Amino acid sequence: MGSLEQTVSSTDHHGPAKGITRWLYTTNHKDIGTLYLLFSLNMFFIGGCMALTIRAELFQPGLQLIMPEFFNQMTTMHGLIMVFGAVMPAFVGLANWMIPMMVGAPDMALPRMNNWSFWILPFAFSMMLSTLLMEGGAPNFGWTFYAPLSTTYAPPSVTFFIFAVHMMGISSIMGAINVIATILNMRAPGMKLMDMPLFVWTWLITAFLLIAVMPVLAGVVTMMLMDIHFGTSFFDAAGGGDPVLFQHVFWFFGHPEVYIMILPAFGVVSEIIPTFARKRLFGYTSMVYATASIAVLSFIVWAHHMFTVGLPLVGELFFMYTTMLIAVPTGVKVFNWVATMFRGSMTFETPMLFSLAFVVLFTIGGFSGLMLAIAPADFQYHDTYFVVAHFHYVLVPGSVFSIMAAAYYWLPKWTGHMYNEAMGKLHFWLSFIGVNVTFFPMHFLGLAGMPRRIPDYALQFADFNMVATFGAFLFGFSQLIFVYNVISCIRSGKKATARVWEGSHGLEWTLPSPPPYHSFTESPTFTRPHRNDDRGG
Amino acid sequence: MSPLQRRNRSLITRLVAGTVLMFGFGFLLVPLYDVFCRVTGLNGKVLNNGPVAQVVDINHERRVRVQLLGVNNEAMPWRFQPDQSEISVFPGEMKQAAFIAFNPTRHYMVAQAVPSVAPSEAAAHLHKVNCFCFEQQPLMAGEQRAMPLVFMVDNELPQHISTITLSYTLFDITPESRPVLTLQQHPQGDSYE
Repeated sequence: MGSLEQTVSSTDHHGPAKGITRWLYTTNHKDIGTLYLLFSLNMFFIGGCMALTIRAELFQPGLQLIMPEFFNQMTTMHGLIMVFGAVMPAFVGLANWMIPMMVGAPDMALPRMNNWSFWILPFAFSMMLSTLLMEGGAPNFGWTFYAPLSTTYAPPSVTFFIFAVHMMGISSIMGAINVIATILNMRAPGMKLMDMPLFVWTWLITAFLLIAVMPVLAGVVTMMLMDIHFGTSFFDAAGGGDPVLFQHVFWFFGHPEVYIMILPAFGVVSEIIPTFARKRLFGYTSMVYATASIAVLSFIVWAHHMFTVGLPLVGELFFMYTTMLIAVPTGVKVFNWVATMFRGSMTFETPMLFSLAFVVLFTIGGFSGLMLAIAPADFQYHDTYFVVAHFHYVLVPGSVFSIMAAAYYWLPKWTGHMYNEAMGKLHFWLSFIGVNVTFFPMHFLGLAGMPRRIPDYALQFADFNMVATFGAFLFGFSQLIFVYNVISCIRSGKKATARVWEGSHGLEWTLPSPPPYHSFTESPTFTRPHRNDDRGG
Repeated sequence: MSPLQRRNRSLITRLVAGTVLMFGFGFLLVPLYDVFCRVTGLNGKVLNNGPVAQVVDINHERRVRVQLLGVNNEAMPWRFQPDQSEISVFPGEMKQAAFIAFNPTRHYMVAQAVPSVAPSEAAAHLHKVNCFCFEQQPLMAGEQRAMPLVFMVDNELPQHISTITLSYTLFDITPESRPVLTLQQHPQGDSYE
């Protein structure tokens, strides 16, 4: 922990090291942020290829391209990689880049641990992906890995999957500890908690969620490991265990986990919308409290994922009402974003377009979530494509769009160059159309009764599946535009100013673009934005 | 140590302690779940095992139908069924039934039956005085045996319940009960391929 001052002073004079060792040994929050983001982009494409494999098989009824066993491996790996490899590391990357610059700190609080928490990830995911080449194939039990499907009936590679989950859990927990220490101990003098940018706030709350539930995930996979190899029977009914217990423990982790993937997205959007509406964020305090209440509620709603396991009526009602309660703080957020835009002088640069799409499409995902929260109706929706449509609406145009928005918003700050705006807009519109063409028909498929996780389906589902596959390929390939835009922005482009956006606000914009390798080695003086100034600090 | 380092150290100690605590809490959920189910009687587990205090007052006013079910878990090859599928009992009355098990394979096997009661409200009022499910059941190759069950339904059974289903699932636990085992004897040995 003494390493922070030492690292800063020892590398201060000569900037980053040269060659590959710069990236292997780096303790710099900007380097590590870049590594996380590039890793996440890679995983996004690997997981995306799996999604396209799935969609290609579902283009027509019948089995054309792959065998059902491989199809199951694809759905499982797609889910695991997108959740743990793409979305979570992307937000940790954004946190690494932005939180020290937003709170006026020279680096993260624990730079060496920061290096470690990143470099665990490539090993964890290499191990997980290597199961695809193993005898018996990769895990094929869905990303929720319900026991006993994932214990008694699992392929032998499940052990590698368990260790991979352990490793990524350790990585996330170390990242979360680092974020909390940075935010609580390293803010610029004068910056109170309620002065922090909302992205910092949402990440602080997310980090506490991570510390609370990642150990539970580690616990549940450890129980699986013991059931498989050491003869215990946590989830084995023959030995006195209970498979339903697995679902309870898993979703006790799993529901806070879905908020881990969306709260930082709320933060990103709450940064971007005020910038392009040229107004201060409406209802800052209520945003903070809404985020905190969503986090607290996430611990008491888990069984809405398991309405059909045979819960007693009282249980169904309890989880139904608490789930619906979450719509209240979420609604507060949506209305605050809308109110921020109300009578603002809006412009529609790419980050704003992605943020607007986020607000609209995430709300659609939220509404289908409310439909699923109705316990009696859920008996029909359960395990159908309606559920697939719901969580893809909150994760793709939700989390992923917010990550895209964040990338475009801060890319000029990171690289010192403007990205190509026309190409960014093209990327947005193709993604927007692609996402809706892919996932909207899935609502209809689900309501008509098409089950999820099947490689073949009845003929009446053929048309909508074909449409969804077209959309998926459109969405998938339009992401190549993003990659091209990012690469060309890193290499060249119009010089970016320090403020980049006319309406930008906050400490990160007081640094030059790109920021020096070591920024804020002297604490900046934080001045509270004037009440009547609509633009903020 | 600078003040910042000191503050970092104490914060990190607390966060790591929180992490360890939550890892423990994950495991604590296992007994908590059992206690919760026991208190509320939710998951249909039969709670009242073993001898009951001598009950004198048999309620002849009321009859309860007890349906018996025997189910094999996936690859279990035994024939397993009750000698009668339905028994009519008076609350307070001790009844005996039997499940017939037959091992059609050519090797020694051990089974464990796991009971479940529906509706789950009735679980608290079904008392099993003696049950084959209390113990592991070994059968030689080709052996058949009647496995006894002695039970009683108590008088506190809610009025609206007139039928109770008592179902047993039979699990093959030969591998667990015999440490040395060749793959051929393992009936599930080839189910992974």
